Amino acid sequence: MANSQAMCTSFKVDLLNAIHAFGTTVVRGATTPDSFKAALYLASASLGAGTTAYSATGEVSGSGYSAGGVDLTGSPDWIAPTSTSTTAYSTPTASIVFTTVTLSTAFDAVLIYNSTQSNKAVSVHTFGSQTITAGTLTLTMPTNDNATGLIRLA
Amino acid sequence: MPMISTLINGVLGETDESLLEKRTGELDNDNEYTTWVEYWYEGVLVHRSAHVTLKRNVSAESAVGGFGG
Repeated sequence: MANSQAMCTSFKVDLLNAIHAFGTTVVRGATTPDSFKAALYLASASLGAGTTAYSATGEVSGSGYSAGGVDLTGSPDWIAPTSTSTTAYSTPTASIVFTTVTLSTAFDAVLIYNSTQSNKAVSVHTFGSQTITAGTLTLTMPTNDNATGLIRLA
Repeated sequence: MPMISTLINGVLGETDESLLEKRTGELDNDNEYTTWVEYWYEGVLVHRSAHVTLKRNVSAESAVGGFGG
């Protein structure tokens, strides 16, 4: 055996569980998972890696849609973070569903954000441009593993 | 026949599917598999639903630095 330089895989899982704090962090009142939401954004918006928190700028609007989007409805919202090989990962427990909405202006992105922690951004996911008329948008999650989990720390 | 939620002349209601023209489509690429269904009434789109299955995750690569660079 020999030593090898690495970021410990357990640390990656711990990051997803907010175990470590290298800088100033938040006061947590409980050990329960945070709550998360999903909001839709127009194709003309500019979300991406630089997005830091939920904003109504560029968000869709229309009948049946409330600003801020919908709650993730799993219990908990995310499948418990785990790892396979050296990759930590997690995926929302349930599909994200916007029921009976009319969104006439094309949208192509969803922002997942932490509604417990000041609406801080988690991730942006893009898809082919869509509109919805008196219908339902369903976002189904990929398989939760180290290759396709929605959030991965490799 | 099932009733379909529709938006006709700005009024949200339900319309018998037999009165509507149904169109479907799909998109399959590395990023997503998406299907949609549309219902048209007298040449006007009155219902559209979509089902997006996300395929590609977002990932972050980790790195650790050595001493003495």
